[in-house]
Parts: sequence; C-alpha cells; structure tokens
Amino acid sequence: MAHVVVVTSGKGGVGKTTSTAALGAALAQHGEKVVVIDFDVGLRNLDLVLGAERRVVFDLINVINGVAKLPQALIRDKRLENLHLLPASQTRDKDALTDEGVAKVIDELRGKFDWIICDSPAGIERGATLAMRHADAAIIVTNPEVSSVRDSDRIIGLLDSKTVKAENGERVEKHLLITRYHPSRAARGEMMTIEDVLEILSTPLLGIIPESEEVLRASNIGSPVTLSNALSAPARAYFDAARRLRGEVVPMIVPSENRGIFNKLFGRKAA
Amino acid sequence: MTLFKMFRRGGSAPIARERLQLLLAHERGARNQPDLLGILREEILAVISRHVPFEPDKVQIKLDRGKSVSTLEVDIEIPNGFGVALAKAS
Repeated sequence: MAHVVVVTSGKGGVGKTTSTAALGAALAQHGEKVVVIDFDVGLRNLDLVLGAERRVVFDLINVINGVAKLPQALIRDKRLENLHLLPASQTRDKDALTDEGVAKVIDELRGKFDWIICDSPAGIERGATLAMRHADAAIIVTNPEVSSVRDSDRIIGLLDSKTVKAENGERVEKHLLITRYHPSRAARGEMMTIEDVLEILSTPLLGIIPESEEVLRASNIGSPVTLSNALSAPARAYFDAARRLRGEVVPMIVPSENRGIFNKLFGRKAA
Repeated sequence: MTLFKMFRRGGSAPIARERLQLLLAHERGARNQPDLLGILREEILAVISRHVPFEPDKVQIKLDRGKSVSTLEVDIEIPNGFGVALAKAS
C-alpha cells in the first residue's frame, strides 16, 4: 500500500526540500518506488535540488487542469530509476491548486508508487494545507531554534485538525526531523539540545541531521546528499531516517563533536 | 569554549527553552478556542443588516477580556435617514 507523506515545517529555510530530496532518494536506493511532489507553486525548487530543472515540461497544475496526463508530467531521475518527480508550476497562480485536483492526482499516484512524498511550501496558506491534506504521515522538519520550534508546534496543530485523516477521527502519524544540528553548540549551551526540542514538541524523533557543508554541496550540484556523498554524516542520518520511516528499528545516533579535551579547553573549534 | 568563557556566562539555550515552553502553553490553549469574536461579529451584523442599511467597513467590534469582566463593544456608523429605512422595514 502506498504511503503518502508530507514534509512540512511552517517556517521557511529549515530544510524541507533538501530533506524531501534526500529521503526520497534514500527510499529509492532501498528499492522502493518513490515520487516526490513539489507543492510550492510559483517558487518551485525541488527540481533544482534534484538536478532535474532542465527536464521540466509539464507540472502539477497542468495535470490538475487536464492540460497534461500524469505520466507526461512525471520526471524519472537519471541516477535512480525508482525515483520520480512531479514538479510545481513556476508561473501559475497558486489558486490553481484545488482540493479536488490534488485528491485526484494523489489517488492516481497511490496505484503506481510505494511512497508519495509531498514537499510543502513554507507558511500555512493554501499550498501548505493542501500538501498535508491527504497525508498518512508527516515529517516535521525543525531547526533547534525558537522560531522554527514555534512554527512546528503550529503545524502539528494543523496536522491534528485540518487533514482528511483528522477529519475522519484518525491520526496522521507524525515524525520530527531535526536538521542543522550543531552538536558542539548544543554542548556549550548555545543551541537547544535534541532533548529540549523533543520535550517541547512531544513528537517522536525520526532523525537528527547534523549541520554539514555536504548538504550545501549536494544542492549546488543538484544531487540528493544520499547520492552525492553517501558516507557523509548527513547522508548516513538520512539513510537511518528513511529506514525508520519504513518501520525498521534503527538506534538513534546523536551527532557528537569530535574534539579532544585539549581543544575543548583551549577553544579550538572543529566545526 | 575556553575556560575563561565557561566561567563568564552560561549558554542562551535554556532561555530559549523556557521562553518557548511559556509561549506554546499559551498558544496551544488559545488554538482550541472557537473564534468567538468572529462568530459574534457575523451574527450581530446579520441581525442589524436585516433592519438598517450600513456599510460593513463602518462597523467596529471589540472584545476586551478582563480578569473578572469582559466587555463587548459594537460601534456601527449608520447614515442619516435610517429611520425611513427602519419604518419601511417594519
């Protein structure tokens, strides 16, 4: 049975698109059939992060309007044959996104894929509410920072009230993905720790992605980090998160600073 | 962090945590309340518009929540000659 997952956050710039690309690729690398959908109408970027920006012909709105058939709009990844992208429109009005249209597209995708991952735009407007509307599960991407945590709390409230599952008295399965975590700053008390964020949001943890230059490098070259450098710390964290999403039990590794006592005492920063 | 800095001041993360805990406790409480002001505004306007013509943007409705008493203030600007309309309506 297909799983519909929304990657959401409320706040912008926390890593939704990066995480959608990395998790989508990681699941595809495990042999799962995956489609990632960009819901950010007018400001699409998932195509760029996946390196498919020059292959976009039709988009989600075209499919909803009946201008294109779904298979015409799906872009198959050049590196992973199990990974597909349904891009957002770059020019059209976001009002073109309708509840019925989105429901129809997701219904059709359910028959073709194991995982349907919806990359939500920032905010709590139409695009964001429609991205979460049909979700079975949600990944809430959060940075250990006050505004991101507050917005995540708000999004959790919406997931519990404005989704089809919630309206039917069911629950959307929620997972917290903490990104841009600096272990050394958390150890120094400069950044909230994983425990702090979990205590405040009381949502099960899917993974901890450490801050890393590999993430920027991956988006620079248009490749999910799980493909561009599969052995890097963020890639390994995304692989673990993808396995947890599939229901596997994987021990949670809290990234730690790799610094000796000498450096700690004399203030040499490793990160 | 140097030894010197470690003694000089603690991190700001505990402050962030405390501020968030306070704020979210408040926001979560407010989230489950129905939009009382919105409902009152709509219903009051519906009743008045049945009898008196007025421009919807000339209406101000305020709800002040006090500790023991709250006040609802409705301020509607009605054009002169509304009595004629009132007489017609009745």
